Amino acid sequence: MIEVSNIRTYFTTGFIHRRVVRAVDDVSFQIEGGETLGLVGESGCGKTTLGRSILRLIEPDEGRVVVSGTDVTALSRKDLRRFRPRMQMIFQDAYASLNPRMRVSESISEPLNIHRMGSRADIDRRVRELIDEVGLNEELLNRRPYELSGGQNQRVVLARILALKPEFIVADEPTSALDVSVQAQILNLIRDLGQEYDMSCLYISHDLGVIRAMSNRVAVMLEGRIVEIGRATDVLDRPCHPYTRRLVGAPGSLESTPFTGALDMVEERPGHWVEETAARQGAHPPER
Amino acid sequence: MTDEALLEVRGLKVGFPTPDGLVRASDTVDLRVYPQETLGLIGETGSGKTVLGMAILRLLQPNTIIEGEIRYRGRDLLTLPEDDMRKVRGREIGIVLQNSGTSLNPVYTVGTQIAEAVTLHQGLNGPDAWQRAVELLDTVGIPDPVRMAGEYPHQFSGGMRERALIATALACRPTLLIADEPTKGLDAVTKRGIIDLFSEIDRDHRSVLFITHDIETVEDLATRVAVMYAGEIVEVGGAKEVLGDPAHPYTRGLLASLPERGMQPIPGSAPSLITPPPGCRFSPRCGRACGDCRSEHPGLVEVGPGHYARCMLYDRG
Repeated sequence: MIEVSNIRTYFTTGFIHRRVVRAVDDVSFQIEGGETLGLVGESGCGKTTLGRSILRLIEPDEGRVVVSGTDVTALSRKDLRRFRPRMQMIFQDAYASLNPRMRVSESISEPLNIHRMGSRADIDRRVRELIDEVGLNEELLNRRPYELSGGQNQRVVLARILALKPEFIVADEPTSALDVSVQAQILNLIRDLGQEYDMSCLYISHDLGVIRAMSNRVAVMLEGRIVEIGRATDVLDRPCHPYTRRLVGAPGSLESTPFTGALDMVEERPGHWVEETAARQGAHPPER
Repeated sequence: MTDEALLEVRGLKVGFPTPDGLVRASDTVDLRVYPQETLGLIGETGSGKTVLGMAILRLLQPNTIIEGEIRYRGRDLLTLPEDDMRKVRGREIGIVLQNSGTSLNPVYTVGTQIAEAVTLHQGLNGPDAWQRAVELLDTVGIPDPVRMAGEYPHQFSGGMRERALIATALACRPTLLIADEPTKGLDAVTKRGIIDLFSEIDRDHRSVLFITHDIETVEDLATRVAVMYAGEIVEVGGAKEVLGDPAHPYTRGLLASLPERGMQPIPGSAPSLITPPPGCRFSPRCGRACGDCRSEHPGLVEVGPGHYARCMLYDRG
């Protein structure tokens, strides 16, 4: 289980006029074992920063992240490196995630070698198993990233991540650069392998169709805050927050609504939390 | 819709010579755009849709091999002298190119770049051209256009840059607007804004060729839809028919792979455009392919009123 509590990540920008950007502003949620939490929001709302802060790819300014009982935020750099195999990230651009000079076989075996997971023969066997699991032909083992398509490269990235059998992955728009037919292949693969390996997943995307297909629960992010969170069907079909309603294109929701200040969350229905603004306005939409 | 097509592409072949052979990016494409319609051209990466848009305006590299006819209001654009072609570009046919980030010049203000198009094609100068640029920014929904015209592209967000490009393309009131992936990389809210913009702007005066891989966008905007696969048009017809009751197995597969429609992927991957598969190009990935499909190349057959598909299921003598 993943517990994220009160994460804050602020950036300071500007040289003369210093300005603080609250990229992630007091975010808390939990992800159960084997569960996928979808994170939606428009570009610039802080979704990627949140994903990276949880994995400490960016150091958060405040807050706590507990992965299966281990407080990740309290780990020393050395211990963090040892813990890394248990939490991994999939990025949007698979081509940029792979070392252009490494063959597919080297890319997949690299994490196994680094974390000394088995003898050379074991690793060779594991690489072959993995390439098969992600649906690639063994003939591709000697290719390099530029000799593969976008979908094939994303499969290699997946194999590389699965090699470590992580408990938790953050997937940041892994299919937004792919065509729909290839996207469907990769999404199915992520979903099936996620179940097989019993991984918890934070799935970041601005594509609501993808979020609906991938997530058990959905969190909506706006200006660094989570403004609504709950079961995917509740949040997407019975959205309460005006921003979520605009995002899903609910009728009569297209005019912009001013959003101000951080407020407490109110439980609308079991497990479906909405920022207080929306609840107080009594914006209860008809059920769709 | 009148019978007379505004733009008629006939037997268009576009080939790029490469060391590995000729890449047939567009192979015997026939396509019509009628007055006042929005034709959605959908297809996946490498299917040849962008090349088709570029070929219409003769924006491809000089060494490209182009055959066929592109008739615009009766004139063949492919044989037009370059001077005349320059008058067609922008003035008659406007284009919004892919990647709004790179289509604007970073060292000039957005207003200057729109005013440049106005000066070039409409002969307005100085303050008049600037005034027109401000009006255009206002038309495409840029808030505070007077101030924003004086800003540089990097001060615009992705959605605003896309709007600025649309403003530039609209500057000369073209009769046909070619829009290549104007919603690519935009988030849901921004995308909806651009779709609304396209559905509002002057629909009575202009036709739009809307090139995209985003099927949802086409559903909202297009009156007719054409589907491209491996350089060919495989299906064309009314938007409701093509997207609601697709005839070609590829179109069906494409729709079924949408997360909203079941997320069933099409097996395999797109073929090489240098040596496309013999017979039907989709046959190696098609669940309904039979012997004939692998040897005979099907033509476009009418499967319903104004609805055509390139498939052996319908092409029976």
